[in-house]
Amino acid sequence: MAVIRDMIAPFELYQPTGVDDALRLLEEHRADSWVLAGGLDSFDWFKDRIKRPAAVIDLGGVEALKGIREGADGGLEIGAMTSLADVAGDESVRDAYPLLAEAAGLVATPQIRNQGTLGGNLAQDTRCWYYRSGWPCYRAGGNICYAATPQSMNREHCILGASRCVAVNPSDTAPALVALDAEMFVARRGGEHQQAYAAADFFIGPAIDITRMTVLEPGDLLTHVVLPAPRPGARWYFEKVRDRKSWDFSLASVASALQMDGDRVADLRISVNGVAPYPVRCEAAEAVVRGQLPDDETGLAAGEAAVEDARPLRHNDYKIALMRNLVRRAVRDAA
Amino acid sequence: MEVVRLTVNGDERVCGVPAHYTLLETLRYGLGLTGSKQGCDKGDCGACTVVLDGKAVLSCLTPILEAEGRHVRTVEGLASGVEPHPLQDEFDLHGAAQCGFCTPGILCSAAALLDREPSPSREDIREALAGNLCRCTGYEKIYDAVEGAAARCRA
Ligand SMILES: Cc1cc2nc3c(=O)[nH]c(=O)nc-3n(C[C@H](O)[C@H](O)[C@H](O)COP(=O)(O)OP(=O)(O)OC[C@H]3O[C@@H](n4cnc5c(N)ncnc54)[C@H](O)[C@@H]3O)c2cc1C
Ligand code: FES
Ligand code: FES
Repeated sequence: MAVIRDMIAPFELYQPTGVDDALRLLEEHRADSWVLAGGLDSFDWFKDRIKRPAAVIDLGGVEALKGIREGADGGLEIGAMTSLADVAGDESVRDAYPLLAEAAGLVATPQIRNQGTLGGNLAQDTRCWYYRSGWPCYRAGGNICYAATPQSMNREHCILGASRCVAVNPSDTAPALVALDAEMFVARRGGEHQQAYAAADFFIGPAIDITRMTVLEPGDLLTHVVLPAPRPGARWYFEKVRDRKSWDFSLASVASALQMDGDRVADLRISVNGVAPYPVRCEAAEAVVRGQLPDDETGLAAGEAAVEDARPLRHNDYKIALMRNLVRRAVRDAA
Repeated sequence: MEVVRLTVNGDERVCGVPAHYTLLETLRYGLGLTGSKQGCDKGDCGACTVVLDGKAVLSCLTPILEAEGRHVRTVEGLASGVEPHPLQDEFDLHGAAQCGFCTPGILCSAAALLDREPSPSREDIREALAGNLCRCTGYEKIYDAVEGAAARCRA
C-alpha cells in the first residue's frame, strides 16, 4: 500500500496534438521530460514526490497514437495510446491474437483498463515496494538492494535474471507480445531517428541498465506496436497467477505461441513475466518442445528446462514450481 | 493555475486549478462535489470511480487536463431531482450500503454498466464491479441491487 506523502510537485504540462509536436517537446526537455499516457503509473510516482519531472508531455490529445489498424503484410498495428480495454475488446485482436486480448483483459481492474494504455503498460516501471517507496537502492542510484537482504520481504521478486536489483517486470501484455514476436517502434531525437525493436529486445534487465526497464530513454517515444500476420495452425496459451482474482499484479504469467506441423510443434515461443526484471524468453524450454508432440510429458520437460537457472530469494521459492507448471501448461494446453 | 472547462452531470463547469490536479481533487476541492471519495488516492480501491465519456475511470489518477472538454458523471448526477436513480433505490431496498464509503464509486461503475448493457448477467455485474473494493457488505447484496435496478430500468 502506497503512502501519500504530500501534494504533487508542480510541473509544466504540455499537451501536444500531433506526434511531431510531442517529439519536438521531448527533444527540447529531454532529461527533464516525462511522457504522460494514462497516468496510472505516472501519477503514482508524482504523488509520492519521488519522481519530479519539470516538463510533463501528455499524449492524451495525440489522436495519431490511438487505435488499431491493419499493418503491412497482413499484420496488425496498435498505437501506443490505445487503451487496454480497447485492445482487449477489439475484434481483430480477439480473432487473430487472442492471447494478447486475454493478457490485456487480465490487467488490474475495469477502470484501470479503461484508462491505461498499451504503451504505458509496456513502459511501466517495476513495482518493487522498496524502490517505489523511495529507498536509495541500486535502481534509484544507491548501492544496495533492499529486497535481497536476509530480512527483506521478497515474495514477489526475481528468480531469474537479477543483477544487483531483484525487482520484476510487472506488465501482463509484455510476455504476450514477446510470444507473438511483436515489434515495438520507437522515435527519438525529435523524430530524426526511428527504430524497431523485437519485443524481447525492447525490455532490458539491470545488467544492461539498472535504472530502466526498457530501451526507452528520456526523450524517446514509443509510437506503436506491430504484430506479425498470424500463421495458420497457430496455438496459443496465456495464464496469469495472482493473489486475488482482480487488481493484483502477476506473481507470474506465461504466454506461448505454437506453430504446428500436423500434431507436432514445428516452432514456438514461450515467455514468462513476473519472475525476472524483464519478460523471460524461455529458449531452453522451446528447444525441448521443438519437433515434439505438445503433450504433458513434453510440457513437463519444458517446465524443467525453463527453471534450470532459477535461484530463489528467501521468500519466493514457490515461484520456481509456479513457473515450471505454467510453462508445462503453456505447452500442453495451448489451443 | 489553469482554467478547465468540463461538463459535470450535464452542467458546463469552469474551474481554476493547478495543472497537476487530478479530476478527483477538482471535483472535491474545486467544485465542492464531495460524493466521489478519496480512499487510497493510488488506484487501489475504486472509491473515486466516476464515469468519463461513458466509461468508468479512477478520478484519483485522471489528470484534470485529460478531462478538459469531456463529460463527467458523478454520484451527484444519478438522481433526477428528488427521484433517486433505480440503482440508488435498489441499494437502499437491498441494504447494499453499510458504511457507504465505497457506494458512490460502485454506483458509478454500475451506472456505466447499465448504460452499455441493459441486461447484464451476474457475471457481467461481478466483472464490472471488480475494480471497486467493499470492506463491509461481502458484495452479494450489491450484485442483487444492480440486478434489481437493471430489471427496473428495462421495465
Ligand atoms: C492499482 C494498479 C494495479 C495494476 N495492476 C496491473 C496488472 O495487474 N497488470 C499490469 O500489467 N499492469 C497493472 N497495472 C499497471 C497499469 O496497467 C499501468 O500502470 C498502466 O498500464 C500504465 O499505463 P498508463 O497508460 O497509465 O501510463 P502512464 O502511467 O502514464 O505511463 C507509464 C510509464 O510509461 C511511460 N510511457 C507511457 N507511454 C509511453 C510512450 N508512448 N512512449 C514512451 N514512454 C511512455 C511513462 O513515461 C511512464 O514512465 C496496475 C496499475 C495500478 C495503478
Ligand atoms: S481513491 Fe482509491 S482508487 Fe482512487
Ligand atoms: S459499504 Fe462499507 S466499504 Fe462498502
